[in-house]
Amino acid sequence: MNFLDFEKPIAELEGKIEELRHLSDSDEINIAEEINRLQVKVDRLLRASYGKLTPWQKTQVARHPDRPHASDYIERLVSDFTPLAGDRCFAEDKAILGGLGRFRGQSVMVIGHEKGRDTESRVRHNFGMARPEGYRKARRLMEMADHFSIPVITFVDTAGAYPGVDAEARGQAEAIARSIETCLDIRVPLLSVIIGEGGSGGAIALAAGNTILMLEHSIYSVISPEGCASILWRSGDAAKDAAEALHLTAQDLQRLAVIDDIVPEPLGGAHRNPELAITSVAEHMDRALKSLALVEGGVLRARRRDKFLEMGKIGLP
Amino acid sequence: MNWLTNFVRPKIQSLVRPREVPDNLWDKCPQCGHMIFHRDLAKTLWVCAHCDHHMRMSVKARLDMLFDGAAYQRIELPKGLVDPLKFRDSKRYTDRLKDSQAKTNEQDAVVVAHGRVGGVPVVVAAFNFAFMGGSMGIAVGDGIVAAAELAVLQDAALIVVPASGGARMQEGILSLMQMARTTVAVAKVREKGLPFIVLLTDPTTGGVSASFAMLGDIHIAEPGAVIGFAGARVIETTIREKLPPGFQRAEYLLENGMVDMVVHRHKLAETLGRTLGLLRHRGAAGQLLPIAVDLPDSFEAEPGV
Ligand SMILES: [Zn+2]
Repeated sequence: MNFLDFEKPIAELEGKIEELRHLSDSDEINIAEEINRLQVKVDRLLRASYGKLTPWQKTQVARHPDRPHASDYIERLVSDFTPLAGDRCFAEDKAILGGLGRFRGQSVMVIGHEKGRDTESRVRHNFGMARPEGYRKARRLMEMADHFSIPVITFVDTAGAYPGVDAEARGQAEAIARSIETCLDIRVPLLSVIIGEGGSGGAIALAAGNTILMLEHSIYSVISPEGCASILWRSGDAAKDAAEALHLTAQDLQRLAVIDDIVPEPLGGAHRNPELAITSVAEHMDRALKSLALVEGGVLRARRRDKFLEMGKIGLP
Repeated sequence: MNWLTNFVRPKIQSLVRPREVPDNLWDKCPQCGHMIFHRDLAKTLWVCAHCDHHMRMSVKARLDMLFDGAAYQRIELPKGLVDPLKFRDSKRYTDRLKDSQAKTNEQDAVVVAHGRVGGVPVVVAAFNFAFMGGSMGIAVGDGIVAAAELAVLQDAALIVVPASGGARMQEGILSLMQMARTTVAVAKVREKGLPFIVLLTDPTTGGVSASFAMLGDIHIAEPGAVIGFAGARVIETTIREKLPPGFQRAEYLLENGMVDMVVHRHKLAETLGRTLGLLRHRGAAGQLLPIAVDLPDSFEAEPGV
């Protein structure tokens, strides 16, 4: 288990519980009682800290290495998953996964950023930072879904599009622009779930959907707090202040009508109980897809476009 | 469209008569050099048991492998113009055709059949590399057009299995024109919203790769298959460099974004069936199938709950 800075007191208590569990015999009843007492304390601490996470703390939770990734959602929720690769142009970009599968019996096209879990897979997936070919693949798959009347589900989890010379040379900006354009053009339901980090253009390229769900402790922002701090505060140390100022939390984004619904996370964040987090996302996805299924394709498209035309008409009080 | 009337009451051609292959015949794996019993190769679908090399296989074996229960009907293709340029090099083209026809017991380099794959109605057009290197002339164009029209007529998916060196030089410019002609044919399948899957086998090059074979909704390639436009030798001579290992192989194309997946021959039928099922049996939102959600044990309801 990886602990975040603000989780130190919790980590200490859980360490003690572990120690007690390993103690053999010697007055077992007392040990059990002590463990119970400490567990209650842990839960109370978790409830207290996770009930009022600051935007900067949420940023850390959203980036937590044990947080479920797109591949975890696919593995748990999508049967018959059939990965599809390539932009038919330059490369297969493993920073974005895509493919056909079934979600609760229905064919779906799933597209998502994948950050990777260990060093090897992180490198393979380029830490979830896609190059133009990743967005071009996403666009191809969205068009395929549209062609075959299959709803699209996107899982958004990226620090941002890959900032590199090669990516620029091949038209990173154009690729993102076309991906957004395709999101807004298709006539099938587009359901986007921001599961971790919604980093800037790299995120909205997959997230201009009919319904946008966001996990309770995920973030979605025009720039990372660190990036914003170094530009506006001229100091990376001000990331905490920048996170605050950017209003990048699910709660604030719902107030701004940027997202539609918040998926509650298990106590202590999705990384403490990935199974429960994924199940809770699935229930929200199911509800969203069912209501989108009732709407005719042209209307879906029109509503999606109108929704994004309206962006910026509601501010924070 | 006179071939369509044939389709209504199809003249079921007897499939390629299995040529008498003596049991003691050995084949040599072109990759590892192992000698393999011919009848063992049939069992492994011409995949070398020693090095997993995917050898070329006959059209009949290919169709048997792809269709559910090896059940399908071949359709008779229309008879088009033969040898429009009265072409001859060291030999008359008509004689070359006759030789290939005698050798393969087929009229030309493509076979069209229909049946089901994974329960989904499908039309398959499969190339016969043994017939003049699977080269595409008017007759092959006819085959692709017929397959596409049949798919539209039957509301079926289209699978094309190229194995071709490219255009048939002996038909000159008219073979080049088949690139555009087959492109129109597969576009019609697309316009009807029917799946068009290309199963790229060794080799898919030249005019075939540069037309319908790169226009599928989904591209599946067999491991190690050579897929490309220009021949490796031509490229080497032009750039005066040795080409890297794996150049123009299926895996190289996967990495370069040109194919969706590289699938072992033993898994091809299953993969095609699953993919077609996802595209054609879409289900409705919220329709619960028992296979849908694979919850971990901890999420199973307590007994009695
Ligand atoms: Zn071998």
